[in-house]
Amino acid sequence: MLAVATLPAWLQRSLIRWGVHPDDHKRPVADLPVERLPLPARLFLPLQQHVGAPARPVVKIGDPVLKGQLLAESAANISAPVHASTSGRIVDITTYPAPHPSGLEQPVMVLEPDGEDRWIDTSPPTDPFSLPPAEIGRIVSAAGVVGMGGATFPSAVKLALGLRVQVEILIVNGGECEPYLSCDDRLMRDDAEGVVDGIRLALHAIGAQEARVGIENNKPEAIAAMQQAAAPFPEVRIMPVPAQYPMGSDKQLIQVLTGREVPFDGRAADAGVLVHNVGTCHAIHQAVRLGRPLVERLVTVSGGAVERPRNLVAPIGATAQDLFDYCGGLASAPARVIMGGPMMGNPLATTASPVIKGTSGLLALTQEEVGEDDRAGPCIRCASCVSACPMNLLPLEMAAHIRSDDPDGAFHLGLNDCIGCGCCSYVCPSAIPLSHYFSYAKGALAANERSKLKSESIKKLTAARLERQEREAREKAEAAARRKAEREAAKARAAAQANAVTTKAATVDANA
Amino acid sequence: MLAAVTSLTVLGAALGLGLGIAARRFHVEPEEIVAELEALLPGSQCGQCGFPGCAGAAQALADGKAPVTLCPPGGKSVAQALAEKLGVSADLSALGESVPMFATVREELCIGCTKCFKACPTDAIHGAVKQIHAVLKEACTGCAKCVDSCPTEAVGLVPVPATLTTWTWHKPGHA
Repeated sequence: MLAVATLPAWLQRSLIRWGVHPDDHKRPVADLPVERLPLPARLFLPLQQHVGAPARPVVKIGDPVLKGQLLAESAANISAPVHASTSGRIVDITTYPAPHPSGLEQPVMVLEPDGEDRWIDTSPPTDPFSLPPAEIGRIVSAAGVVGMGGATFPSAVKLALGLRVQVEILIVNGGECEPYLSCDDRLMRDDAEGVVDGIRLALHAIGAQEARVGIENNKPEAIAAMQQAAAPFPEVRIMPVPAQYPMGSDKQLIQVLTGREVPFDGRAADAGVLVHNVGTCHAIHQAVRLGRPLVERLVTVSGGAVERPRNLVAPIGATAQDLFDYCGGLASAPARVIMGGPMMGNPLATTASPVIKGTSGLLALTQEEVGEDDRAGPCIRCASCVSACPMNLLPLEMAAHIRSDDPDGAFHLGLNDCIGCGCCSYVCPSAIPLSHYFSYAKGALAANERSKLKSESIKKLTAARLERQEREAREKAEAAARRKAEREAAKARAAAQANAVTTKAATVDANA
Repeated sequence: MLAAVTSLTVLGAALGLGLGIAARRFHVEPEEIVAELEALLPGSQCGQCGFPGCAGAAQALADGKAPVTLCPPGGKSVAQALAEKLGVSADLSALGESVPMFATVREELCIGCTKCFKACPTDAIHGAVKQIHAVLKEACTGCAKCVDSCPTEAVGLVPVPATLTTWTWHKPGHA
């Protein structure tokens, strides 16, 4: 298929037939200089900040730690370690509200900073490009780098996959299509050299020949900075793409940059590409060139309820409240606090939740920005959602199935392909919460799947128990039979002996 | 008039014949159905449905004497599978309200009599004589057999708590 991004700019826009174009609310925050959040009194470092198994703690309560020191190690093939965001002392290992809509608690390590912010000894390799590709992957893995666009998939696992299946093109996601967010924009403007270096290191790690960096054309400063930084390296191509939500979704970006489509049940690697976010590439640069694990990140703090919205460098583990407080606090009570972007982010149950590796933004939105919740009307079958859906699904039909308690029907219409971008809900003139229906149905199907697995394992347990009971009964019966046989043998022996004695006696008698 | 009567008669006869042949041709042995239904049930023989074990429940289902929602530990997924097998539509709304439960042992009351772990159909309870017993949450179906067997009322059922991996969005309120 056609790679839209290789065509002239005036043509690109008309060839993209999906998505929506919400008001982006990115400026003026994107134009303000980045500030560094002062160290808060306590940092809350969740053991699970990534997709996969939670990390396993390797320090104890009371241990002094240095910035960048390993606190919890990777616990499985798909997992990522957690490092200390600053120097200080581990004061507790407990549970704490997760950055999750449920507000449920998750295991965290509580770090009390000593204010010195002292790094561990770092010994970065002098020339990483002379190292074997797998070694770069190992450094990235040890540095705890995960997908920083929000998906939080361990990056080293992706690099290893790319090396194994020989992908041809590295796609670098600088789309940042979510409204309000500008942390990737700021990162590309402020440290384009670092990002480009990270891209080159990732290319080396997967053995690919070419990197294509997709940046939405509403970020001209970032495009210029990246073009300048990438000028000496012909393998890194900066490709402006139209600003159309969800351009930053990997499947859409792959299609626009390469013309390839990811198979419905496959991964990006099946299309011969690998996608990394610009933030992830920067983290790879930091890990390999400076030997620094992922302990801080850029976070956009914005929304109508924030007094002084801006981009902050925040240590992992600072709470949402710490960031809002630094930004002058909340001018009014927010209608909704969101971690991530307004379209795909997670509403937070409490602002006590910590910033994690995948936190791109913290938004405190007013009622006016959120809109009203309960004005949903009937579906008028206008098919606006069908035109907007970037995955070519039929949101109205899927929602109708789900409404009548038939998530399986929605599954057969391609519910699993839904990327949860929210375009359908955004365009619906009846304000039907389509995206919410799909999140609910995905959860219901996953719960069904879990209970199916459980009933299968229960069946195995029951069968094992029956077998055991039968075996025990059999053994008991055998033992009883053996004892009986022994008893009888003994009796027979005794009888034989008695017999022999009598016979002997009789013989003696006879002889006498 | 005559044409209408004839055509309807012929149509009726042809369809009747067809159905009759189909009933013989695709006849399913009832025993097979019972075995298939039993395979779908959890097999823990807990008796919560009121029938003697899963085989009894399968027989009742095949005879149409029990609803597909009869199995409390099986929950929604088993009810759906049974409905699919039997070709009936199931009203699962009643099941939605029953939350999955699991057994817990109150340690201050447990006397270590081993009665509960002998009663457990899935070996979910661990312990030994005069030792406090404990329940493996992953293996417990919430069948309540242990609850009835406990002489000190130390065993109780509690709802399975939501975790970050099992939590799901609620259904939108919009009708």
